[in-house]
Amino acid sequence: MSRINDVGGMHGFPPIEREIEEPPFHADWEAHVFALNRALIGRGVYNLDEFRDAVERLPPQEFLASSYYERWFRALSTLLVEKGVCTAEELTGA
Amino acid sequence: MSGDHTGTDAAIAAQVRHVEALLEERGLVDPKELDRAMEAFLAKANPDNGARLVARAWLDPAFHHRLLTDASTALTEIGLSMGGGLQEQRLKVVANTPTTHNVIVCTLCSCYPVALLGPSPTWYKSEAYRSRVVRDPRSVLAEFDFHLPPTTTITVWDANAETRFMVIPQRPKNTDNLDEHALANLVTRNGLIGVAPL
Repeated sequence: MSRINDVGGMHGFPPIEREIEEPPFHADWEAHVFALNRALIGRGVYNLDEFRDAVERLPPQEFLASSYYERWFRALSTLLVEKGVCTAEELTGA
Repeated sequence: MSGDHTGTDAAIAAQVRHVEALLEERGLVDPKELDRAMEAFLAKANPDNGARLVARAWLDPAFHHRLLTDASTALTEIGLSMGGGLQEQRLKVVANTPTTHNVIVCTLCSCYPVALLGPSPTWYKSEAYRSRVVRDPRSVLAEFDFHLPPTTTITVWDANAETRFMVIPQRPKNTDNLDEHALANLVTRNGLIGVAPL
C-alpha cells in the first residue's frame, strides 16, 4: 500500500511555484534541523533509510500540513524517542 | 507528537533549540561542530561541481563516455565525490541530444545529487513537481518557459535512496572557442536538473 509521500503520477496538484534566487534555507532553524540530522546519521543514532521511513510514516494529515523541514524535525524527534535517546516528555520539555 | 505542527516559525525554532540543547547535554552533538560542518558542506556542495563535470564532458569525448557509463568513478577524476550528502550514493548521468531530453525527479521524497548541485530548490521537493513531471513532463517544462518540440523524446528519471541522476545539457551553439572554465560558467542548476535549456 502506498503512503502519503508516494505522489508520482497523482492528479490534481497545481502549477509549480518557483522562488527566484531562493536561499538554501528560509529560516535559521531549518539549517539547524539539516545539521542535526546529518550529525545524528553521522554518529549512527539512526541511518538514512530509517530517517526516510520516519518522514513517510508521519500521520498523513500532519505530513500534508507540515513544511519540508518541519517533516524532517518531526521525523528526527520520532526517532530520538524510538532509539531511546530521550523520552517524549523530555522532547517537548514537559 | 501532538498537532502543534501548525505553530509559528518562532514556535518551531524554539522546539528545535530545545532538542539541540538536549542532544548537546547527552553529548551527541557539539553546536560549534554543527556550525563548522554546515559551513563546510554548503561551501563544497553547489552546482559548480555539476557544471565542471559537464564542461569536461563537452570537451573530452572519452570522459563523456566514462561519465555516462560509470559516473561514480568518473567524478573522482576531477576530485569530486557523492559524499556531500548524508551518505555516499551511486550516480547515473544522462545526456541530452538534439532529439532526446532528460529530466530528474524524486517522486517519493526529495532525492537529489546534493554533492553536485547543492541543496535542492523547494519546487523540486514540492508535491506539484513530483506528481506531475512523471505524467506530463512537457507541460511542466512549459511552466519553466522551456518549450520542447513535440518530436523530442523526454525521459524522466526517478531517483531513489541509492541512485541519484544528473543531466548533461546540450552544449550551446557558438561556444567552440570557449575553454573549460568558460563553458562551466554557462551551465545552470536548472539545466542539470533538466528543466531549462542553456
